[in-house]
Amino acid sequence: MGIEGIGARVARKEDKRFLTGLGRYVDDMVVPGMKHAVFVRSPHAHAAIKSIDTKKAKAMPGIIGVLTGAELKTDGIGNLICGWMIHSKDGTPMKMGAYSGLATDRVRYVGEAVAVVVAETRGQARDAAEAVEIDYEEMPAVTDAVKALEKGAPQLHPEAENNLIYDWEIGDASAVDQALDGAAHVTRMKLVNNRLVPNAMEPRAALGHYDKAEDHFTLWTTSQNPHVARLVMSAFYNVAPENKLRVIAPDVGGGFGSKIYVYPEEIVCLWASKKTGVPVKWVADRTESFLTDAHGRDHHTEVSLGFDADNRMVALKVDTIANFGGYMSLFSSCVPTYLYATLLSGQYAIPAIHCNVRAVYTNTAPVDAYRGAGRPEATYLLERTVETAARELGVSPADLRRKNFIREFPYQTPVIMNYDAGDYEASLDAAMREADYAGFPARRDEAKKRGKLRGIGMSCYIEACGIAPSQAVGSLGAGVGLWESAEVRVNAAGTIEVLTGSHSHGQGHETTFAQVVASRFGVPLEQVSIVHGDTDKVQMGMGTYGSRSGAVGASAIVKALDKVEAKAKKIAAHLLEADESDIVIENGEAKVAGTDRTLPWFQVALAAYTAHNLPEGMEPGLKEGAFYDPTNFTFPAGCYIAEVEVDPETGHTDVVQFVASDDFGNIINPLIVEGQVHGGLAQGIGQALLEGCHYDPTSGQLVTASYMDYTMPRAGDLPSFQVSTTNTPCPGNPLGVKGCGEAGAIGSPPAIINAITDAIGNNDLSMPATPQKVWAAMRRNQ
Amino acid sequence: MHQTTYHRASSVSEAVKLLNDADDGKYVAGGQTLIPTMKQRLAAPSDLVDLRHIADLKGIEVSGDKVKIGAAATHAEVAENAALAKACPALCHLATHIGDPHVRHMGTIGGSIANNDPAADYPAALLALAATVHTNKREISADDFFVDLFETALEDDEIITAVSFTVPEKAGYGKFPNPASRYALTGVFVARRADGVRAAVTGAGENGVFRAEAIEKALSSSFDASALDGVTIPADGLMTDIHASAEYRANLIAVMAKRAVQAANG
Repeated sequence: MGIEGIGARVARKEDKRFLTGLGRYVDDMVVPGMKHAVFVRSPHAHAAIKSIDTKKAKAMPGIIGVLTGAELKTDGIGNLICGWMIHSKDGTPMKMGAYSGLATDRVRYVGEAVAVVVAETRGQARDAAEAVEIDYEEMPAVTDAVKALEKGAPQLHPEAENNLIYDWEIGDASAVDQALDGAAHVTRMKLVNNRLVPNAMEPRAALGHYDKAEDHFTLWTTSQNPHVARLVMSAFYNVAPENKLRVIAPDVGGGFGSKIYVYPEEIVCLWASKKTGVPVKWVADRTESFLTDAHGRDHHTEVSLGFDADNRMVALKVDTIANFGGYMSLFSSCVPTYLYATLLSGQYAIPAIHCNVRAVYTNTAPVDAYRGAGRPEATYLLERTVETAARELGVSPADLRRKNFIREFPYQTPVIMNYDAGDYEASLDAAMREADYAGFPARRDEAKKRGKLRGIGMSCYIEACGIAPSQAVGSLGAGVGLWESAEVRVNAAGTIEVLTGSHSHGQGHETTFAQVVASRFGVPLEQVSIVHGDTDKVQMGMGTYGSRSGAVGASAIVKALDKVEAKAKKIAAHLLEADESDIVIENGEAKVAGTDRTLPWFQVALAAYTAHNLPEGMEPGLKEGAFYDPTNFTFPAGCYIAEVEVDPETGHTDVVQFVASDDFGNIINPLIVEGQVHGGLAQGIGQALLEGCHYDPTSGQLVTASYMDYTMPRAGDLPSFQVSTTNTPCPGNPLGVKGCGEAGAIGSPPAIINAITDAIGNNDLSMPATPQKVWAAMRRNQ
Repeated sequence: MHQTTYHRASSVSEAVKLLNDADDGKYVAGGQTLIPTMKQRLAAPSDLVDLRHIADLKGIEVSGDKVKIGAAATHAEVAENAALAKACPALCHLATHIGDPHVRHMGTIGGSIANNDPAADYPAALLALAATVHTNKREISADDFFVDLFETALEDDEIITAVSFTVPEKAGYGKFPNPASRYALTGVFVARRADGVRAAVTGAGENGVFRAEAIEKALSSSFDASALDGVTIPADGLMTDIHASAEYRANLIAVMAKRAVQAANG
């Protein structure tokens, strides 16, 4: 609709400031009198704190304060919590260990904050941080979740016996066992989903400012959801009541989930500002980011998938151990349960599914949602297992999938989710065409002549986005509702400001949301501004994660637009002396349908605010708000096909072709959607080939704590992606959109590993498939 | 980083004086290792004496079959030098693949070999080319210069001024980069010279750069990649870390040696 409306390939409005260095991030914020905080962090993975002596540090030059956890407790600041209650299958609530913003008696991972130093300069704060004397008594550490469950493993929290947080299940275990017993073929696998470090380009940062005159706090922070941060800090951490706390998330340089959570540093900077009487800024260095940002994934899983004699899936059984790290992060508990096990049906009609999940404490950084959050783990295990099954059964991986696709909607899975719409075969067909699937054998033979092993792999993913219906998630244990709000303000001269609770930190909302508004009234895009990221400006919001901003955030905008349009039509009808039902607003004007009587949009707006001539009884102004609560999740799905060439001498893998066919429903801006898919694919291929977070199993030190050892994907590691979309509009929201932010990271890892295992003829390969691992797998063949 | 005082020396003698006058001074010649180390507070020199701007240490000369590269030549300057590209293209190729563009425009050949990182590229080239390291005090053969991990024959106040070597008949470098850091996970430099073949391995040895005798012997009879068929390298004495086992590195030495020879033979 038009060159700037819904469906148009509009370049991102916000890129001008980002690309010219004019973005304003937390570290750009300066408050008069501001000082600098440095955290004293645990060098040990597991140790008892015998004593903390701050005397020497306090005497150093420039020091304003050195604060510890004991003072935090004395001042009544609450422990950090996990806001989603999960019950074990025996009915007991999850076992949450105490998590203080500054550790008092024990540290449970390397990098855990123990004290904070506030000084005139960052350098002085660092010097003094090194002078804080902490007497640690080291304890044995455990970093591997499977080992943490074993008898005799080091114990982390007195609340969690055997380090077990919960032992949860979903589905009908006996039906699954019975179906597997009677199955003609069962494919069994043991799979590890590797731990990842999020690596946002902008490290986390916080600037806390206590204004004594007003008895009011302001926090500038790197958050994906400033309102949620304010709510949690008020309701649980007792920092300040909501009306005394303003949270601002300005430009944020990437989140990928890691900036959803409230971290100790944000609470401590606010508290320290009141305590010391100065505004306190903290900015993580890259090492702190590696050590303390919530990590992602880290699952160990055993899976069995049964087929009948006709190769139809009869049952799926999954047993997963999920590593939670040293403490439960804010939403950690829902990731390996309701964002994971509920997606295990994939695109397939599987009559019986059972999944058991044990969540486990270890001496590592806390683990929480990271791009995809549970859904990549579900997709990886299902799609590797289906591909393996096809090899074992001697049938084509495409045919086996096709035979088992869900074809009728709505479809109720055995694991809660009710799929509303989809056409999986359309994605598969489109991807196979684009990849020239039939031509693969010829390409493999040609590669062989060049001394390369070429393989092809497929992945058909589904995800649940548009998170989430509040009542449904409430019944599953969520501590919050997951609606979104919007306010549309038409100014007196016709320009429009939209206030949204969906924070933008790379997603391009300032463009896509503006397109939705511009479409509605036919006004130019530059006359629409999107306001987000400030609890004093935006009424309320639940933030950006789980690919929810289009499906939930934009739907709230649409609801508010409906109200604005209704009022504008009444005003226009009155001024044009026509019937309200005859008024159409398009191309920047209101007109009487079928006539040449028109009124420019700005005159409608002006009339609302001059209020000289409004319909009888109408309030002045043109501003409406709305809350939108989704009725269901949305279900983006698609098919990815990877082709790789492996160097048999070194094990190095080149991704030579990557095809992505996604069904995101209707699309607001194809350019931005493609960008989101490209970024997601880079992260997913990064997980498959390059990124592996590694803790030393004995000392618990993070070995991959810098870019010298943690491999981030570079442009040269990736092919030129071939991306396209199919469309079954989402029936559940007014725009028919599903969400696209996580798909690339969800669907791509199994496609890559399926392609490599096809190339080398050995299925025993784990992520990241580094050259060494691929080489070793090839050697095992010999 | 702790506070430090930066000095830009304009001559070698001034640099020596500045270092001697400092409490706990350090030479810096690009700082691609030293500065990150200081940022991590693992090193805290009171003074930094920068050698990069000393005119006598600059420049790359090729005359006849002699090559002399000033110690302050950056990796980018080595990579892009036209005369060197004719005399010994393998060395330009090597410099092209060090780090990233930022590193290549700051890091210098003198700084790299003085640091003697066990995964750095230049030590393999210098050892295989039988190069000479020139300092403000003496000349040291590459064979004697590289002593152990991060250890060289340099004395505390000794400054590398240049490296020189005789143009080889043929030379090639095969590098398998560490996927994260782009240092050599294993790199093999081979050179055929009038007095024989030398092959040096970096990134793999527990004690830093070393010559691979089995490869030299095989290539002495025939300087062709096929001469290395069946040559296996024992894993003893090779490094194991999270990126590569000793066995994998042993395999890479043989493979990279072949690729180096193929490159040398064009």
